[in-house]
Amino acid sequence: MTSLAQSPSAKSASVRAPGAAARLMAHRDWLGFWFMLPAALILISLLVYPLGLGVWLSFTNATIGDPGKFVGLDNYSWILGDATFLHSIVFTLAYTLIASSIKFALGLYLALLLNKRLPFKALVRSIILIPFVVPTVLSAIAFWWIFDAQFSIISWSLIKLGLISHNIDFLGDPMLARACVIFANIWRGVPFVAITLLAGLQTVSPSLYEAATIDGATPWQNFRFITYPLLTPIIAVVMTFSVLFTFTDFQLIWVMTRGGPVNSTHLMTTLSYQRAIIGGSLGEGAAISTSMIPFLLAAILFSWFGLQRRKWQQGGQA
Amino acid sequence: MFNLSRRSIIKGAGLAGLAGATSLEGFAKAWAETTSWKPEAGASLQLMRWKEFIDAEGKSFDAIVAAFTKATNVKVQVTREGLDDVQPKASVAAATGQGPDIVWGSYSLPQLFPTKCVDMTDLADYLGKKYGGWTPGPAAYVISKGKWLGLPIATNGNYINYRTSAVNKAGFKEIPKDFDGFLALCQAMKKNNTPAGFALGHATGDGNSFIYWMLWGYGAHLVDDKGKVVINSPETAKALEYAKKLYPTFIDGTPSWNDGSNNKAFLAGDLYLTGNGISIYVAAKTAGAAGDAKMKAMAEDINHAYWPVGPTGKVAELQSVYPMMAFNYTKYPNACKAFMAFMLEAKQFNQWLIDSQGYLTETLKAYDKNPVWTMDPKAAVFRDASNRCTVLDGMSANPQKAAESIADFVVLDMFARYCTGQDTLKGSIANAERQAKHLFG
Repeated sequence: MTSLAQSPSAKSASVRAPGAAARLMAHRDWLGFWFMLPAALILISLLVYPLGLGVWLSFTNATIGDPGKFVGLDNYSWILGDATFLHSIVFTLAYTLIASSIKFALGLYLALLLNKRLPFKALVRSIILIPFVVPTVLSAIAFWWIFDAQFSIISWSLIKLGLISHNIDFLGDPMLARACVIFANIWRGVPFVAITLLAGLQTVSPSLYEAATIDGATPWQNFRFITYPLLTPIIAVVMTFSVLFTFTDFQLIWVMTRGGPVNSTHLMTTLSYQRAIIGGSLGEGAAISTSMIPFLLAAILFSWFGLQRRKWQQGGQA
Repeated sequence: MFNLSRRSIIKGAGLAGLAGATSLEGFAKAWAETTSWKPEAGASLQLMRWKEFIDAEGKSFDAIVAAFTKATNVKVQVTREGLDDVQPKASVAAATGQGPDIVWGSYSLPQLFPTKCVDMTDLADYLGKKYGGWTPGPAAYVISKGKWLGLPIATNGNYINYRTSAVNKAGFKEIPKDFDGFLALCQAMKKNNTPAGFALGHATGDGNSFIYWMLWGYGAHLVDDKGKVVINSPETAKALEYAKKLYPTFIDGTPSWNDGSNNKAFLAGDLYLTGNGISIYVAAKTAGAAGDAKMKAMAEDINHAYWPVGPTGKVAELQSVYPMMAFNYTKYPNACKAFMAFMLEAKQFNQWLIDSQGYLTETLKAYDKNPVWTMDPKAAVFRDASNRCTVLDGMSANPQKAAESIADFVVLDMFARYCTGQDTLKGSIANAERQAKHLFG
């Protein structure tokens, strides 16, 4: 750098200012760029590249052990005629919708409850977090046993109580299996919603409730006109995350059912893994996971624009 | 250590093991001097194998590795992966050109990367000549265009496991040898509340063995020898109809089963007939020998039988072969060959078969005389696993796609869809046909 600055051709310039490169390094408008560069590189290498590679693979007939050739939209036209794939879209949407709504309702209810003065408040709050703290695979294995065809504790108890005579076929019956995996997802996801909403609730100033109560507001009115509006931004963030997590769930399903019985609990993620890694058709698996992007994008845009319309985001009052 | 050895001597079973352990070394040294498979100087190997299902087999394998190292000074580092994880890891190694030198997996693993394997043809010829020839079924899993991509070390036999008392109570002296008789047996067992059950979930070993037995029993195939998809046939329909009649006799939950589910249900006393390796019996026998009276009684009640033969009158069974291969990025191809040669020599291999207790069946014909097949008459059925092993549909036309069709459960899902009422007969066949045409088309 210095040798460049002192070379004859650059000499005249160096009288007034340092070399172009050095100027670029120090220029006010560029400085921000330089500072951002490391982070951008990390993002590009860890996020953009894999994502781009996934999209590229979806346009090839790559298999494990063979990079494959460009085949255009072949993979997409193939999966669009595949009953299992179409079913997995419907189930992924149903899974996300049902699980997220119930998680929201239960989470909000729990948060309101925990925000009250309870005996052993700290202890109760920690207990609530347990499902979230346990590694997913562990809880999935526990549920797998709870819903086992032969060794289910639920079936066993009901038989001992004389209420039923046969084991319940939890994971062998498609409808029941779907219900079971949704149940397991709710169990796992509720604490996240509850604790985050609780954090939001605690930022609501008690004086607002006092004022409202003096004005004769009922508990419902307190909730409807104070709690709910002030909680909305948190709800939007929490539910965005909750929807994204649920939509991209993998471990629970893979451990509990591997997408069975008869592919009835395949999410797009598990089907993609089955086709790409187990079945070996990397291109097809990549096409399935790439097909998730529009749905995820829609979910993000929905909450983003939903959030932007709120006055509070522009610094206004709710 | 001494005590342990002494106890096993008294038990008798370990006698051969101990004798083997001491003389193995001597043999290994002599072998290393005379063998034509000389490892490169300073060679060391990394070997990835499937995690053993029978403890004694794993220990026996480690003893072979140790003896090989002593005799040749080639260090062998063994890593163990769950059977389902071996293939993905091997694929990464193949793609990146680094990783284990030797991989030991299942089914047609080497066929997934035919250009990345060390050619084993000379070694296969040598062993074949020395030990009475290879059984053709398992060999087909590793041969590509006349070239041996690896060696089919052994076959994991999958046969009917049943409780003699339950079968007798249903009015049968033994497992019927035809499809109709077998259906009648299962129906009678269901009535007695001692049900049969076969995996219809994504159980790689048990599920596939079960459904290919019915498919082939009626003479139906996914693809023909030339790779043409022929699943949409009246024979397939007949096989599906048979499965549909068999399915209601099963214990509940078989569509959710994996490879381990039937083992657990059987040992818990809920299941009385299933398709499996010998591992259920070995588990009961081992627990019985350790003093569990209930398991001892169960082991005495368990027996094994061949799959009944279908209307075609031809034996057709899908058995999982465990092939071993070496990647051609290895710096020590001769050491890889030397290890495989050493393992398959009689001195090691016979002991290893005995320690596997019938879970693994030889693919070299000379080992048919191994005492494991006569020591316990209940293991005798598994001796024929390699002989009766039928080559997977599409293996001759396109081994890679054949491997993919079984990995993606194309045929198994067809049966499961129809049996569980998820789809019509035509619909489930059409679905499988579409998938198969996509693969082989």
